[in-house]
Amino acid sequence: MPKVVYVSPDGERHVVDAVAGESAMATAVRHGVPGIVGECGGNASCATCHVYVRDDLLARLGEPGDLEEDLLDLAVTERRTGSRLSCQIELTEELDGLTVDIPPVQP
Amino acid sequence: MSGGTLIVGASQAGVQVAVSLREGGDTGPITMIGAETHPPYQRPPLSKAFLAGTADLASLAFRTPAFYADRDITVLSGERVEQLRLRPGSAITDRGRSLPFDRLALTVGARARRLAVPGADLDGVCYLRDLDDAVSLRERLASVGNVVVVGGGFIGLEAAAVARSLGKTVTVIEVADRLMARVVSPVVSECYRQAHLRRGTGIRLGVGVAGFAAEEGLVRAVELSDGTRLPADLVLAGVGIEPRTELAAQLGLDCDGGIVVDEFARTSEPGVVAAGDCTVSPDPATGRRRVRLESVQHAIGQAKVAAASLLGRPESYRAVPWFWSDQYDLKLQIAGLGAGHDDHVVRGDPSSERFSVLYYRDGALVAVDAVNNAADYLAVRKALAQGVSIAPERALDTAVPLKTLVSRSG
Repeated sequence: MPKVVYVSPDGERHVVDAVAGESAMATAVRHGVPGIVGECGGNASCATCHVYVRDDLLARLGEPGDLEEDLLDLAVTERRTGSRLSCQIELTEELDGLTVDIPPVQP
Repeated sequence: MSGGTLIVGASQAGVQVAVSLREGGDTGPITMIGAETHPPYQRPPLSKAFLAGTADLASLAFRTPAFYADRDITVLSGERVEQLRLRPGSAITDRGRSLPFDRLALTVGARARRLAVPGADLDGVCYLRDLDDAVSLRERLASVGNVVVVGGGFIGLEAAAVARSLGKTVTVIEVADRLMARVVSPVVSECYRQAHLRRGTGIRLGVGVAGFAAEEGLVRAVELSDGTRLPADLVLAGVGIEPRTELAAQLGLDCDGGIVVDEFARTSEPGVVAAGDCTVSPDPATGRRRVRLESVQHAIGQAKVAAASLLGRPESYRAVPWFWSDQYDLKLQIAGLGAGHDDHVVRGDPSSERFSVLYYRDGALVAVDAVNNAADYLAVRKALAQGVSIAPERALDTAVPLKTLVSRSG
């Protein structure tokens, strides 16, 4: 079971045991991690699951797809290095320990 | 002792009311009750990934059981509220239980509209609204050859695409002269007709269903209003929804094709709010004419506002409505409400299955339908949220990305 750490803007850490194959968004929503909304249910339509992925595992995620790229470009509140839509991050054992920061505001 | 808040309908909106009440600092009892036996779950995948077999039951749940327990939200599943009373507030369930409440949220949703033609009650004539419907449909799909879908709206077309992708012979019957006539313009309707035909799904427009023929109680054919008879082992009717207004009517709440609420999600009765598919409310984009919006976004947005009203901190619901539909590899994304538009611009070639249509009213941008074109969808959504327009003559030039025509601020 990969562990995911969601860090709130105030520094609070939410450590969740994820199910491999599920997205980082679905995992956060189901466990009630505040600040990750997932309004469109993982359809890459709303950008309300925006997170900042910390450096160590960022490279393992690969590049965002075209749709995600457009959303990051146009829909998120503030795009920075590591900006990703958590609905597009499929959790695997290799991503155990993935740590993401939750932005203060979702669109 | 305080009766707290009772949320009737364990739905997208119901869950959001409960969550928002707790996030807003409400420490009173919260009980959410739903007639379905399943804990609250997402509906959109039912006609898409779940029906196709690529999403399982477990993935549909909104929250873990622990989530509700940790927040002291009581979820009662498989129990239906049959009677409601106010002053003092109490609900009587089908199990004879009485639930007291001080505040009430109606998030009761809608039911699938039923066909009223001879044979409509035959085995094999199905609907798709809730999880049990989807489970049954998925099982039936595995063993049938000929599928007839009645209704060329989102649900019917999404299910038709799934059935066709599973190798079934599929025909869609639509009584209007084009597909998705209620939500998109003719150019988009035509693109979808072509897309379905290209993938082997039959489309019959401008024809209704006269009845169904059976063998041994099981549907075998659909009889059309023009006299045609189509073989069918399975019929799916996706002919719209009817808001559940019975409980609201018991309380004497204003209803008009749904439970009437204001921009604060308040019904005509103090202390009673409503949210989601069951409501009609002022257009959240303009605050003017009353609309009924069937979408996840609306359920969530209105539910947040409903919770704020219950907490005594009313905030007006304003949002750019958006919708989506997945059919085969076509992703349709809609932002804004195009009803009443007097001008439109088509960006790109519809036959390429990647294009968008921008709608204008009185010279102002009001909506977009985007097919496999998230960039245009997002640019228009942003423009609408900022209250700015994109000049039609500039939008025509597909060489210019729409986003460059929208300010990046805000």
